[in-house]
Amino acid sequence: MRKTRQLLVDPLHIDNPITLQVLGICSALAVTTKLETSLILSVATTFVLIGSNVIISLLRNNIPGNVRIITQLAIIATLVVLADEILKAFVYDISKQLTVFVGLIITNCIVMGRAEAFAMANPPWKSALDGLGNAMGYSLVLIFVGFFRELLGSGTLLDITVLEKATDGGWYIPNGLMVLSPGAFFLIGIFIWIQRSITPSLNEDE
Amino acid sequence: MDFSNRYILGFTLTICLVCSLIVSTVAVGLKDQQIFNRNLDKQKNILFVSGLAAADEVLSSDRITELFGNIETLQVDRVSGKILRTVEFGSYDVVKAAKGEGSEKVKNKAHVSSLPKFLEVYRIRAEGKECWVLPIWGNGLWSTLWGYLALEPNGILVRGITFYSHGETAGLGGEVDNPRWKELWPGMTVFDPQGNLVLEVVKNGKVQDPSRQVDGLAGATITSVAVTYMLEVWLGEKGYGPFLAGIKGAIQ
Repeated sequence: MRKTRQLLVDPLHIDNPITLQVLGICSALAVTTKLETSLILSVATTFVLIGSNVIISLLRNNIPGNVRIITQLAIIATLVVLADEILKAFVYDISKQLTVFVGLIITNCIVMGRAEAFAMANPPWKSALDGLGNAMGYSLVLIFVGFFRELLGSGTLLDITVLEKATDGGWYIPNGLMVLSPGAFFLIGIFIWIQRSITPSLNEDE
Repeated sequence: MDFSNRYILGFTLTICLVCSLIVSTVAVGLKDQQIFNRNLDKQKNILFVSGLAAADEVLSSDRITELFGNIETLQVDRVSGKILRTVEFGSYDVVKAAKGEGSEKVKNKAHVSSLPKFLEVYRIRAEGKECWVLPIWGNGLWSTLWGYLALEPNGILVRGITFYSHGETAGLGGEVDNPRWKELWPGMTVFDPQGNLVLEVVKNGKVQDPSRQVDGLAGATITSVAVTYMLEVWLGEKGYGPFLAGIKGAIQ
């Protein structure tokens, strides 16, 4: 059994869901053009991930093996709809930009990946921590990518101008690549590079 | 662990029931709040596009309701262009009506599938700020653009434009809601003296006649052209054309 602290810390770095488990890449590309959407999607995913891990862990001894995937999916989908409805009711402006992506949390492999790999075999409290840890690891990458994409692609952070754009009379010429999905690939690549330079043991054997 | 078929069936049924119960309860419970938000958001955009609220003003919901007291929501017969009645904001859903009874399929490049029997028009009555606000929509590159076009009382010059909902690429087509781009619109000529639509969005940097051509968005030609197509269908004779012909020169 892994220690509590490890459950939270490992997914941030040495077991990061995006850069090492290679899960959830899709949404890391889609929503990160702006920091704000990255932040909100991080919060929504955290909610869903912890919720689904806890519920599935509570039910783990009662879920028949041959229908477990669809059961997990039903629970996750319910939570995602909940998150979407709540966003629509209380932070309408943000949900307008995000509503498609919130729906896509269902297809975020991290959620089902953690349900299947961890929650099905561990008690609720540990599963909650595992959910939180992985959500934080995911959020970390999302925010890193969102930060640089918005800064370099639009010259702003949270819609506040940081680098005055040439079109607005400033000096900064925005990098068009950053607002497109491939820009996120480069940033995730750089993130992985930095990570593996810090901890060479993450490198695969030659 | 082994489970009987009966257990499996019962289990899945229970899960489905519980999940659907939760989802429907929440959806019904939050519906009023969501509709309220949606209407408020539309009202806010009408206030901004008409110039009743300054672009950088932060509006509380009370302030929106207060300012909206200066605005009449009118129902207009699309074919004849006649104003039929004043309705309460939010009571008539023009988007739904566009698919409903009496709607007409119209060939157009903006991919607006059909136009409603009755149009909705907002008349701004605040002194010195009188204008008309027309709801418009159409397809961009990835998504449907939903917006409002505000015209001066004579129906010939643009007061402003806004898009309150779209899913275009942030930083490229998404710039349709950039205040700097929207600033290009006020004062543009919509119709020439013969009544032909002359307003258009042209490719970035290709403006020849700045009185009626809006510079397109850099790197977003399809979205820019889509806005022109939207203007064509909505301001054409199948859209607000008859209505605008009727009001030219007379708002009082």
